[in-house]
Amino acid sequence: MSTLKHGLRDYGMTISLVVIMLLFEILTNGALLQPLNLTNLLLQNSYIVVMALGMLLVIVAGYIDLSVGSVCGFIGALAAVLMVQHGWQPVPAVLACLAAGATIGAAQGWLVAYARIPSFIVTLGGMLVFKGLSLALLAGESVGPFPDAFQRLSSGFIPDVFGGGSLHLLSLAAGVGLAVLLVALDLRARGKAIHHHMEVESSTFFALRNAAIVAALVYLCWSLASYKGLPNVLVLMALLMALYHFVAARTTLGRRIYALGGNEKAARLSGIDTRRLSFLTFVNMGALAALAGLVFAARLNTATPKAGQGFELDVIAACFIGGASASGGVGKVIGAVIGAFIMGVMNNGMSILGIGIDYQQVIKGVVLLAAVFVDVYNRNRA
Amino acid sequence: MSDVVPALLEMRGIGKSFPGVQALRDVQLRVRAGEIHAIVGENGAGKSTLMKVLSGVYPAGSYEGEIQFDGAPRRFAGIHDSEQLGIIIIHQELALVPMLSIAENVFLGNEPARAGVIDRYAMHARTRALLARVGLDESPATLVGTLGVAKQQAVEIAKALSKQVRLLILDEPTASLNETESARLLALLRELRSQGIACILISHKLNEITQVADAITVLRDGATIETLDCRAAPVSEDRIVRGMVGRDLTHRYPERHPRIGEVVFEVRDWRVQHEQIPGREVIKGLNLTVRRGEIVGIAGLMGAGRTEFALSLFGHSYGRRISGSVLLDGRTIDVSTVSRAIAAGLAYVTEDRKGSGLVLEDDIVHNVSLANLAAVAPGGVIDAAREHQVAAGYREQLDIRCSGLAQRVGQLSGGNQQKVVLAKWLFTRPRLLILDEPTRGIDVGAKFEIYTLIDRLAADGEGILLISSELPELLGMCDRIYVMCEGRFVAELPARAASQERIMHAIVTAQATAQA
Repeated sequence: MSTLKHGLRDYGMTISLVVIMLLFEILTNGALLQPLNLTNLLLQNSYIVVMALGMLLVIVAGYIDLSVGSVCGFIGALAAVLMVQHGWQPVPAVLACLAAGATIGAAQGWLVAYARIPSFIVTLGGMLVFKGLSLALLAGESVGPFPDAFQRLSSGFIPDVFGGGSLHLLSLAAGVGLAVLLVALDLRARGKAIHHHMEVESSTFFALRNAAIVAALVYLCWSLASYKGLPNVLVLMALLMALYHFVAARTTLGRRIYALGGNEKAARLSGIDTRRLSFLTFVNMGALAALAGLVFAARLNTATPKAGQGFELDVIAACFIGGASASGGVGKVIGAVIGAFIMGVMNNGMSILGIGIDYQQVIKGVVLLAAVFVDVYNRNRA
Repeated sequence: MSDVVPALLEMRGIGKSFPGVQALRDVQLRVRAGEIHAIVGENGAGKSTLMKVLSGVYPAGSYEGEIQFDGAPRRFAGIHDSEQLGIIIIHQELALVPMLSIAENVFLGNEPARAGVIDRYAMHARTRALLARVGLDESPATLVGTLGVAKQQAVEIAKALSKQVRLLILDEPTASLNETESARLLALLRELRSQGIACILISHKLNEITQVADAITVLRDGATIETLDCRAAPVSEDRIVRGMVGRDLTHRYPERHPRIGEVVFEVRDWRVQHEQIPGREVIKGLNLTVRRGEIVGIAGLMGAGRTEFALSLFGHSYGRRISGSVLLDGRTIDVSTVSRAIAAGLAYVTEDRKGSGLVLEDDIVHNVSLANLAAVAPGGVIDAAREHQVAAGYREQLDIRCSGLAQRVGQLSGGNQQKVVLAKWLFTRPRLLILDEPTRGIDVGAKFEIYTLIDRLAADGEGILLISSELPELLGMCDRIYVMCEGRFVAELPARAASQERIMHAIVTAQATAQA
């Protein structure tokens, strides 16, 4: 019973995501999970997810970054200027944009970590600066279209090497392969934990959890395979998710970020260079905001002066819905991703239902408050 | 005789349970008007729970038993109700707003005002009168954040007086005060007593209790063990301890058989300037040695610079323009950053384990490995199994009592939290362990365990530097004691020559010559 309760709390957000998806699936008469819509859903949220990965680390470290939306738009504008107006090739342009994002992150990170200015203020300033700079860079106009090769970043799909007619076999194989790999890794970790007498979840729960993951993955990939296959950006997202989950949960770097946000003084007195670590989380955030800006620009196929506005709110909301604590030290990468998809599914579902943008915002705001309320309530009771 | 003085407060048959725990069982407490009543007990004995019942934090109905105050039964629904009757509690963590003035703090929530506009002149005048009563010579306009802990406490008491306090509850009021400040506070309590204000004093410092208390109630495991009357005949500390732990604690310190070897650690001409005020020297040329297997103490008043010294040694974590050299085994070591200091073999157990020792939200395993992650993370990837094994080893070695290694350290008792901090530093395999107030806020039983552990480490050849404000602790544990005053060592006493009197004498003489 207690493991079930524990499980419910740990997986509360996952369960909420499933419930919300089922709800909209019913309300939209099955439109939500149509292969075409599912593909769109992933594409629409990819840039939010990418930024949420970096934002989670920033929030866990005890900071906030309000500038990511503006940086995202600014980098899109930069990419357009470089590729469309100056004729740069996509690869050098992308690298330059990522470097520019990291530099922006470094500048803000330096102000936060070394000049000790609160991150809220630094990034509020950054938000205004880069919002203005994108306007200036584009001279107030939309710039496009991008070269084909660049567009494929967002709108392309992985090739089908098997040539399997109506079903995209490589996509399906990738899904099954990933599912098998995840189960194998989980089994191995569990075996090791039992061997070392560590506390593990009950075998029933373990089996159920893995069955659910396998079912979800295979269903997703099968569904996508019946349309055009896996989008390139989904592959990118999956790789980044795996990487950031690994870094946060398993490496010394990740552990130190949690300690920094949990108790900065204790972390510093334990030999952790807290300033450098804070600095690096912002550099990383800048680079990811740049990547998200590229993905977004490639998807729209133009850079517009208004691109990226308000993204920071969705990204921050995703982290908090996913269980991150506003006071730092607590939060999971997978939680932030699930939070992003909760927001995404609601956006998408409500749009299909024809709910106006006005009430969409109200509902999203209420969901954010409800999610955090439940989280805080649970934590106080524990 | 004792029945002549009527009871101001009478708590009868108080019981309080939480899911899975019976925190209080049939507790009796009788406080007479105008007496100082001490409540003692080990951590977890139920002292704070009892005070929360009394002050209404746990509202009537959530506990069993009855409370009589001033001759009538009372049922408090919240703190507000108890404050109305003059029951005021001052917590260990003071509840003042640092960026507001003394006057604003004293009248916070209770401002003299007409139509919502604060009458500043009345507020200042009344604050001045209250400050005179508590003997605090500060302007009412002074910001509270600029005051030291002792003065902040006086402000809290002034605040209580402004609310017509009749029963003042002080939770560990002297925990962060030095001897003179503590003495002044106790004198103030006596003064309030003469004005008819009763006081409940919760403290671990038994010597202070025997000085001021009129009666002592001993709690153990959530039950009243006894109430001792100190007016008839003085009660000894040993007598109180017997009640607290339920047996005679003949030795409060382990018996030591030090085998002292060669010098392992040496500091030469260590100078540190104040962090904010350039040019002001806080540490003025200290020289210190620690030998193999030796426990060396540093005594001194609050503000003598002991913690600043330790922090500056440990990775220059305090101060600027630090000069001097640090030697380990005769070789100069680099202590310019914390990670270098750790790598060189230093470890520092902070005086503030919650504020700067532990990540409270995190579990035991992660806290233990934090200062030496590299040892469980080949190539930067943490080996969870190995990390777990390390924590399990220390759990057994130090007898850390917890529901499991995945328990959050914030949920552990003070003594067990301190053991987690010690485990963290032992895992860095230090050559010199600096302990800053290692037993602050820890109960008698857990203290003995920590002392035994320190002794065992010394016996294994570790050098130990022990900073403490409790002189009996230094005298009970150390082989040699440095006495520090205003950034200088003013005396160095071998254990057999040291006594509380000699240490205080050294400090007083140094202060006198400094002023002359």
